[in-house]
Amino acid sequence: MSVPLVELRDVRVHFPVRGRSARRAGAVVKAVDGVSFALEEGRTLGVVGESGCGKSTLARTLLRLVPVTGGTVFWKGRDVRDFDARAMRELRRDVRMVFQDPLASLNPRMTVGELVREPLDLFAPELGESAKRDAVATMFERVGLRADLLERYPHEFSGGQCQRVNIARALIGRPKLLICDESVSALDVSIRSQILNLLIDLQAETGVACLFISHDLSVIRQVSERVLVLYLGKTMECRDADALFAAPSHPYTTALLRAAPVPDPRIERGRPRTTLGGDLPSPIDPPSGCVFRTRCPEADPRCTMAEPARKGVEGGEVVCHLR
Amino acid sequence: MSLLEVASLSVSYQTRRGRIRAVDDVSFALERGRCLGIVGESGSGKTQTCLAIAGLLSPDAVVLGSVRFRGRELVGASRRTFNELRGKDIAMVFQDPMTALTPHLTVGSQLCEVLKVHEGMRAPEARRRALEIMERVRIADPERRFDMYPFELSGGMRQRVMIALALILRPALVLADEPTTALDVTVQAEVISTFRAVIEHTGTSLLLVTHDLGVVAGLCDSVMVMYAGRTVEQASASEIFEAPAHPYTRALLDCLPRADRPRGSRMVSIAGQPPDLAALPTGCAFAPRCTRADDFCMQRVPPLEVGGLQHAVACRHPGSLA
Repeated sequence: MSVPLVELRDVRVHFPVRGRSARRAGAVVKAVDGVSFALEEGRTLGVVGESGCGKSTLARTLLRLVPVTGGTVFWKGRDVRDFDARAMRELRRDVRMVFQDPLASLNPRMTVGELVREPLDLFAPELGESAKRDAVATMFERVGLRADLLERYPHEFSGGQCQRVNIARALIGRPKLLICDESVSALDVSIRSQILNLLIDLQAETGVACLFISHDLSVIRQVSERVLVLYLGKTMECRDADALFAAPSHPYTTALLRAAPVPDPRIERGRPRTTLGGDLPSPIDPPSGCVFRTRCPEADPRCTMAEPARKGVEGGEVVCHLR
Repeated sequence: MSLLEVASLSVSYQTRRGRIRAVDDVSFALERGRCLGIVGESGSGKTQTCLAIAGLLSPDAVVLGSVRFRGRELVGASRRTFNELRGKDIAMVFQDPMTALTPHLTVGSQLCEVLKVHEGMRAPEARRRALEIMERVRIADPERRFDMYPFELSGGMRQRVMIALALILRPALVLADEPTTALDVTVQAEVISTFRAVIEHTGTSLLLVTHDLGVVAGLCDSVMVMYAGRTVEQASASEIFEAPAHPYTRALLDCLPRADRPRGSRMVSIAGQPPDLAALPTGCAFAPRCTRADDFCMQRVPPLEVGGLQHAVACRHPGSLA
């Protein structure tokens, strides 16, 4: 079997809690707690969960933007902890990110042409001036922006257009992996589908692998081949998208699916009043046993006693006592 | 008489690039205990309409037309009139629950302040009322949360505090501007059901501004769709979802990712961008992005015409496309 592009094995990211209170002395926030997955070249993994479940932290472990306190992150079979400065530089060229806030990700003092060109200056300085200009023009056209806009500044663009600039900037260096961290969450619905279509097209064209992070399962459903459902830093379910959406196994996945509003008043009015009560528990003091049990509609005594183990289901695995 | 009657409302601004109409000839009415949804993309004039009703527009806005609340004219009303109405009769819930709350005051003191100022209540009584309303909007463990600061609460909890603040004086009208847009889907579902319970329980009217038709489906009795400052379609919620007549409404519905479509299939999107208000096309503002547009659409702005069942649409080629 070939070596996956990215592999996480039992990765933990625990942050120490700062504070004077004695109660919190020595406490840690378990942002990511024992998560494993593998992503092959050219494939897409969707990571879904509520705010604070560790989605973004998980993605950041790959670029060593957060300290990994346990487990191992592999890039093409090599442990990223062993990477020297040069290898990290290559890694940053090969792994690009597109964030949630389209305007905040762009330097307001640079024109969008300069912004899209910047990665080439950094990672391909050997390219000639005209080659760079051509590459920028081609990329600009590919993301659906007119060439006469190259001299404009980010503030002159709408959110959707800025996100196109961010995508152009991410893809111009021909990365191996694109990390989209809530990249469409801040956009209007009409623009959101434009950008999703663009990402799907560009992925087909360039063969870039994609780690797609979102709190919205209906968005994940459109783009992912495999889905990882996170809750309080732990894996709840990790399966092929077809299997997961046909028959979600974990009660949390089911709850997430039910929470998405349906544009049909008859369905909306008839739905139960509460789908998932309460808020996420504190990650400093997570519940005993299964971390989801405090909000789980199906929880029973077993869930309090012990942490559930991984179980194989169609197309992947689920972490739940009841399955 | 309706609780709120808006007639031919226009809001315009003088800019360096000429006069722009953020809201252009908008009319609607809202009855007691009902919920109206205003839907559209960024820049379509939804929020400006809301702010005009609440008297919160910036001083350089030119407002024309009429906004009647319980028969009382609000366009051109004095600051004193608005200060009397706001909070007590008309309340607002904004999109960002963090910036809308005072960071250095506890949740409890913010709730009680409203009662002390508007109703001259004393501390113990105000506290009792505050705890009562916190329970109503389903804030778990209100006694403990009463003494917390906004930063100690999650986004969903903060938004519930905002709703509690809006409802504490039992206003007749609540204006909610994208109240769930900053929230996770799970929390959004909770907030929608909180709103629904409150409307049923108190008879408050709700004006909900959102770009998400899914949220509208769960809450609203009627819907107004706006584009480039104008109303393009207005009907009951069931009409809008079952028989959308305007191509823009139709497109907005089609954009939503839906579980009943095959996975990985191309999503429908609306080509192009919302128009620049300073350089609107001569004809229908939606025509450049519309699949049904013809020469006539490019030349004249279609008027809003009422068809059957109080279903109004501003389009030369209305009707459902299969």
